[in-house]
Amino acid sequence: MKKILLAVVLVIVLGGVIIFLGRHGDDKPEGGVEVARDVKIGVILGYTGPIESLTPDMAAGAELAMKEVNDSGAFMDGLKVTPVRGDTTCTDAQAATATTERLITSDKISAIVGGDCSGVTTAMLENVALANGVVMISPSATSPALTTVKDDGLFFRTAPSDARQGQVVTDILMDRGIKTAAMTYTNNDYGKGLADSIKANYTAAGGTITINIPHEDGKADYSAEVGSLAQAGGDILIVAGYLDQGGKGIIQTSLDNGAFDRFFMPDGMIGDSLPEAIGPALNGSIGDFPGTDSPGAATFQSMASDAGFKGDGPFAPESYDAAALIMLAMQKAKSTNSQDFKGYIEGIANAPGEKVYPGELGKALKMIDQGTEIDYVGASAVELVNGGESAGNYREIEVQNGENVTVKFR
Amino acid sequence: MVDIINALVLIANFIVVPGLTYGCQLGLGALGITMIYSVLRFSNFAHGEMMSFGAMTTILMTWWMQAQGISFGAVPTALFALPFGIVAVIALTLTADRLVFRYYRSIKAPPVTMLIVSMGLMFFLGGLIRFIIGPDDQNFFDGQRFIINARQFKEMTGLNEGLAIKTTQGMTLILAVLMVGFVFWFLRHTRTGKSMRAYANNEDLALLSGINPERVILVTWVITAFLVTLAGTLYGLDKSYKPFTYLSLLLPIFASAIVGGIGSPIGAILGGFVIAFSELTITFAYKRVLGYLLPQSLEPQGLMQLLSTDYKIALSFLILVLVLILKPTGIAGGKVI
Repeated sequence: MKKILLAVVLVIVLGGVIIFLGRHGDDKPEGGVEVARDVKIGVILGYTGPIESLTPDMAAGAELAMKEVNDSGAFMDGLKVTPVRGDTTCTDAQAATATTERLITSDKISAIVGGDCSGVTTAMLENVALANGVVMISPSATSPALTTVKDDGLFFRTAPSDARQGQVVTDILMDRGIKTAAMTYTNNDYGKGLADSIKANYTAAGGTITINIPHEDGKADYSAEVGSLAQAGGDILIVAGYLDQGGKGIIQTSLDNGAFDRFFMPDGMIGDSLPEAIGPALNGSIGDFPGTDSPGAATFQSMASDAGFKGDGPFAPESYDAAALIMLAMQKAKSTNSQDFKGYIEGIANAPGEKVYPGELGKALKMIDQGTEIDYVGASAVELVNGGESAGNYREIEVQNGENVTVKFR
Repeated sequence: MVDIINALVLIANFIVVPGLTYGCQLGLGALGITMIYSVLRFSNFAHGEMMSFGAMTTILMTWWMQAQGISFGAVPTALFALPFGIVAVIALTLTADRLVFRYYRSIKAPPVTMLIVSMGLMFFLGGLIRFIIGPDDQNFFDGQRFIINARQFKEMTGLNEGLAIKTTQGMTLILAVLMVGFVFWFLRHTRTGKSMRAYANNEDLALLSGINPERVILVTWVITAFLVTLAGTLYGLDKSYKPFTYLSLLLPIFASAIVGGIGSPIGAILGGFVIAFSELTITFAYKRVLGYLLPQSLEPQGLMQLLSTDYKIALSFLILVLVLILKPTGIAGGKVI
């Protein structure tokens, strides 16, 4: 009896380990990146896991840029770009590393659009991209820790660091006269980094964080977390989590037992599914997510709806820009080798030069060939600072009549 | 006096009501695990996905009913779609048994093999569910959301603290009591129930007494189908339906079954409540409760939290380990149905 019980417990634990660690990739022999007839670009995002509802639009964004380049026929004397998708799972560093390894060594991708969540992105960079010398542009990793990570000039992101977002969150709260707040964050690199940044900025501006606790994603029940948050109190609850994960559970539970009726939702929490699922109770809650009023965003949105996906979804414009930057830099370097083109990315993204918006990639490729300097603005008004991350433009969101409405740009 | 009532309402709102609901949901799940464990003699890892499958078919039926304009006022439509979900899961469990488990039974595979087989089924079902309904969150609740909400309660009683009881929480409690009552009655008072207990207790003796094992197994799967569909749907109604969470639900459910004593139906229910309430009571911040109870001068400044909520999961496993060390058969003494 005891043995059976022990076996059961062991297997539960093992099962957990298997579920969380995911599959190991096959060990393949090391191989350099070759310049092939077709250029392959990895689109390595979390197609399964906590942000699986965001990634289809992100991948579609990146692939739209590649399709545009292919259709123009102007890319490196008619080379075609092929996207190769790989799954990061968002949470499982081991799985993301294995996927990236496989895509680089066996699919021979020349560059990576990805990863998505900050934790796996760090792992992919440190374990695979650095070792193989492959450029990575993440559309959505926002952890401040990635600013200072050692990257040999290979890592960029079209999403801003959360250090910047903390400042924006503080500005929004202070402008609305909200002086006390309770905060909970998803227990990973993204959540922790963002929460720390919000807390530092908000406290410095004279606000009070009454409590700051983590929550785990995909949990069955959030009554305990909400209980603690409710006891500490505050004018608003800042939920630095994911909209289709713990973040939603926390908001739903808080509303159900009357703990909070107003929420602040940072970028990971902004999406149409949340107001839809929660209903009118969410009206009046506020939030922010990367976005800009530059004309590129609108163009991209209409291109996206023509292609059948949502262009204003979180990080879809950033994904388009990530893919576009890679291809423009390759064109400029006249090489698909990361070591050759990594140096051009920042120059293309930043002024001076002719401004390039979504839908003009073909034109931009030709201008590069003619030696014209370009300033890629793209769908998210990219401007790379601090060694390769987006300076960051944010929309201030307010939920009105069950919809996320942009009330202001910051 | 008012202070004491306020403190009690606070505890009821943040601990008792959510704890009872969560405990019921875990208990229903654990009861299914225990039934399979006793009769078929393996730990069914596909249980979470079976719950998910039951909830999914109920959701699809609910949507269909909603599209036909069928509605039942304050009562969620899902309640009436539930029988269809149960039928679908009965078909699923019986097919799985026929195609998968029966073979391993016939070659007398050890429990560990069966367990791994059930893991395979778990991954298959997980894929199937995502294929049919997708990985996203699904909302299928309709009808009246609250029996009583926090603001109404405050206005009614004039107290500072609100108490909210959701329709789904009331439903969970009532349906769980009915279901568990039925299962116990069935096991104790019907011929089939008794033959199931006999088979679970001693397979050889039961076979010698002329009990038909295939029939016992069939009935077990049918009862399990009732339990999983009910647990899955109630959980989905109360929180939300998302295939991913049913996988993580598996761990607390197994913990409940083992803490209670695997194989013991009463233990499964008890275990569910032990896990649910231990998570809530130990990580709760008692600042405001004490604020009401203590004189002003002693009012606490800190949060008065025994453990941070980070340790919530660790806690249920700590209890699991303690129970296994001190009383390996679980609280209620396992392995008797």
